[in-house]
Amino acid sequence: MTISEANAIRFRGRSYFALTLTPEAPLCGWLKRLDACLARSPGFFCASPVILDLEGLELAKSDAVELIESLAQRGLRILGLEGASAQWCGVDLPPAIASREARAHKMAKTSAAEAFSAPLIPKPPPPLIIEEPVRSGQCVTHAQGDVIVIGSVASGAEIVAAGSIHVYGALRGRAMAGAYGDESARIFCRKLEAELIAINGLYQTADEIEARMRLLPVQIRLAGGAMRITPFE
Amino acid sequence: MAKVVVVTSGKGGVGKTTTTAALGAALAQTGDKVVVVDFDVGLRNLDLVMGAERRVVFDLINVARGEANLSQALIRDRRVDSLYLLAASQTRDKDALSEEGVAAVILQLRDRFDWIICDSPAGIERGATLAMRFADLAIVVANPEVSSVRDSDRIIGLLDSKTVKAERGERMEKFLLLTRYDAARAARGDMLSVEDVLDILSIPLLGIVPESRDVLRASNIGAPVSIGNLASPAAIAYIDAARRLCGVPVPLVRPEERKSLFGRFFTRRAA
Repeated sequence: MTISEANAIRFRGRSYFALTLTPEAPLCGWLKRLDACLARSPGFFCASPVILDLEGLELAKSDAVELIESLAQRGLRILGLEGASAQWCGVDLPPAIASREARAHKMAKTSAAEAFSAPLIPKPPPPLIIEEPVRSGQCVTHAQGDVIVIGSVASGAEIVAAGSIHVYGALRGRAMAGAYGDESARIFCRKLEAELIAINGLYQTADEIEARMRLLPVQIRLAGGAMRITPFE
Repeated sequence: MAKVVVVTSGKGGVGKTTTTAALGAALAQTGDKVVVVDFDVGLRNLDLVMGAERRVVFDLINVARGEANLSQALIRDRRVDSLYLLAASQTRDKDALSEEGVAAVILQLRDRFDWIICDSPAGIERGATLAMRFADLAIVVANPEVSSVRDSDRIIGLLDSKTVKAERGERMEKFLLLTRYDAARAARGDMLSVEDVLDILSIPLLGIVPESRDVLRASNIGAPVSIGNLASPAAIAYIDAARRLCGVPVPLVRPEERKSLFGRFFTRRAA
């Protein structure tokens, strides 16, 4: 690595729970109901992160700023805005956030609109089929779908697949299935001599692979968070 | 039609230069016009193995840069009339070779020879990739041991991607020449067997050259092993490999089979 210790910064993606407030029009009525709620249980929102869901409200930016200010007066700190217009971004407003549910909802809406023109079942990504042996030093990466090798994968070669990896020959190099997050991905090979196998980021080196599985035709999958190798009869 | 052959391996010391000289001499003795070209700029050896080190005036780089013409640089072998050498420069480094320069030299050689045999340097850098760049056919030299076989596998990958032929979408013909093969050690399991190597590399076998003192002796006296002692098993292996290259279907006898036949003969005599 060429990055020196002084310049290195760590980034991580993490999920957190947050409360989501969904104001309803008219806003003055909704704020009154919120006040009543706060009067009953004053500590409810205390210091917890709150997301404001503005989907379907059709507010102007100035209205949104006003709403957030009036919430701040009630001790509510808004972490982010959902369903806000993309043009609103700026220092005076919390950043826009899209939850998984909202995205799924949006997708469902658009696919419903396209239902008449597009087939209902989405086409699975095509596998990458390699009809020759994968040589030492070669790296095959397939960002979606399976990789099928009709031949062997040499020591020092590497296969990275979003889906499963099928090797109709000896697997002597590295195989990383489900490499972009897929714990249902599997690795199949006719002869296991791999240097490294990985599924969904969980890996085993040649040393860690059960010795009795060596040279056998096997399938490798994740079961209960652990890698399981089973030979074919 | 001239054929450009690259003799390559990835790993050093497996016998590329010996093979280039021996195959070149064997092919030339059939009457074909052959030139062996040393691509190991800065570490040239082919001139020594060919016994021509005292006769080098101009080299590959001089011709590639237009500093000398081809006729000035080609050195004719004193034993076989149709065998020539184009030496490498010992004083320059591999950056002195340009792809255009090599292309121009190969083009000229194609007009004058039946076989152009390029002796690749070890490694996978510039010298090795330039040696294979314009080849029609590759001979991958490997010893029956894991590091050599893995390096050969890497080289096969480069042959299938970095050569002009591969870039045109054509198929590069590749043959395996297994050298320094010791049947006794393979039988004891100290070496990979022929089957193991073929299983890993999955390219056709051109020949098996047994480990032999004749090879070392030939290098030291500056005569390709296929010119000197024709009874030597190594010489026979190279001559057979050269005939297979010409398309003659010479049956390939595995050293261990030869050994076991011999063994049976002996036991019978003893009984």
